Amino acid sequence: MQTSTIQWIPQGETRVPLAVYRDDQVYADEQRNIYRGDTWNYLCLESEIPESGDYRTTFVGETPVVVARDADGEIYAFENRCTHRGALICLEKSGKDAKDFQCVYHAWTYSLKGDLKGVAFEGGVNGAGGMPEGFCKDHHHPTKLRVAIFCGLVFGSFSDDVDPLEEYLGDEICARIERVLGRPVEVIGRFTQALPNNWKLYYENVKDTYHASLLHLFFTTFRLNRLSQEGGVIVSETGAHHVSYSKVDEDGFDGYKDQGLRSDQSGYQLKDPSLLQGFKEFDDGITLQILSVFPGFVLQQIQNCLAIRQVLPRGIDKTDLNWTYIGYVSDTPAQREVRLKQANLIGAAGFVSMEDGAVGGFVQRGIAGTRAEQAVLEMGGDSTVSSSSRATEAAVRGFWKQYRVLMGV
Amino acid sequence: MEKLSLRDQLLDFNASYTRCIDSDNLESWPGFFADVCHYRVTSAENDRTGLAAGLMYATSRAMLEDRVSALRHANVYERQTYRHMVGLPHVVRSDANEAECETPFLVVRIVQGDETFLYATGLYKDVFDLNGEKLQLKRRVVVCDSSRFDTLLAVPL
Repeated sequence: MQTSTIQWIPQGETRVPLAVYRDDQVYADEQRNIYRGDTWNYLCLESEIPESGDYRTTFVGETPVVVARDADGEIYAFENRCTHRGALICLEKSGKDAKDFQCVYHAWTYSLKGDLKGVAFEGGVNGAGGMPEGFCKDHHHPTKLRVAIFCGLVFGSFSDDVDPLEEYLGDEICARIERVLGRPVEVIGRFTQALPNNWKLYYENVKDTYHASLLHLFFTTFRLNRLSQEGGVIVSETGAHHVSYSKVDEDGFDGYKDQGLRSDQSGYQLKDPSLLQGFKEFDDGITLQILSVFPGFVLQQIQNCLAIRQVLPRGIDKTDLNWTYIGYVSDTPAQREVRLKQANLIGAAGFVSMEDGAVGGFVQRGIAGTRAEQAVLEMGGDSTVSSSSRATEAAVRGFWKQYRVLMGV
Repeated sequence: MEKLSLRDQLLDFNASYTRCIDSDNLESWPGFFADVCHYRVTSAENDRTGLAAGLMYATSRAMLEDRVSALRHANVYERQTYRHMVGLPHVVRSDANEAECETPFLVVRIVQGDETFLYATGLYKDVFDLNGEKLQLKRRVVVCDSSRFDTLLAVPL
């Protein structure tokens, strides 16, 4: 339950108190009610741990988590925290051929399923010391997560009550994930981007179809995402997840010029256009699809540039954005080169997305000292439903709809 | 004039390269590279594990010119400057045509005249073309030590 004094409008999603981005109590409540609540959190790609004994460490919210493939071939996830004194069980980001995990502090040993298997000197030394007779290792496993896999994406949940993953996602979101991840993928690079803002500011930005063509000149100039292009936004029933998509076409839209907006700078041309010369790989003609799964997963297709982004809170005004750049196992060398070139569009140095990394910080700095002030979310009305227009904040309002339910505010 | 040793040419090159970026003379930056070249900014982890993607990834001097052009005309970011400190170049191998070198660097960043902030450290992994009048980069992989990058990498390293 919310114990801070932040005032929300009685219902609806058209106003958001700016204090929710800078309040310690809200942050603590989010860890419990969202990340450890009835949600599915992205952990890793199944293809990152293909063999028994492979593992990765990651986070659900702030909680450190181990994800491992056991000898039985299944994937398990559990808190990366020794039940003895709380030290990390596994220190590495990833590894192979693990038979078990052993805490370095006092050598307590855990199986790849997360079961406590061994306590050093449990029976004492030379008949002295040791654990009391009633100590039962089975009562001291680290908290285990439910694990579910969809299209090679491994998700975990601390909740026993959350819907099964595919129901949680819904048919429309599942179909849009399958569209991109229905083929075997491999990782082609990983980067962590340190965002100077609250996690929600980045996640809203992902769902904000209104800003893209206004903030990002690179898109508009090269006609990758004019709002007039055929496309739309899908918001899941709960509001939690979204997909925005568009197709490049050659329409005669000049609304930018008419309104004198900064983002129309005609005449900007690439000297090496191979940067944007892609190849058609999706039959539906969609050249841009951004998909989010509450509370911290993003799947991106920008032309042939495919990536997964994991949004992790690191404090009220710090967020880690973990980028996993992917290609298909079936890529030809030429196709792979296209993906590597188009990766110039994304990330901390992205022609398209460098502004997204900074704009959350502009808000974080701008809201210093706010108490009752509210953000205004009325573009496209007050609904949280899908639409063929992207001049709407429906998906952002959808985020707040789900957020208010989980947070009980 | 006496021909400079390779070591002295490398010192000169890196001094000019970093001075160019740090003095915001970005338009001259692509000139340090050959027409066909490879420039990439990545992490030590990607480099070690053979993952090919970069935060910046260019295969021609024209692509570097496009990056400068985008920075000047398209992208929106706060006014900022770098100060590069480069260490001594280590020549891994060289022959009459090219030299492979590694040079450590450290970069601090100053945004809007505010705090001097430790921005990046790493290693330039270079291949120089030795055939021209002056050195040119056929390849510069900027291998940053950390996998965690500041939210914004606008100006090249």
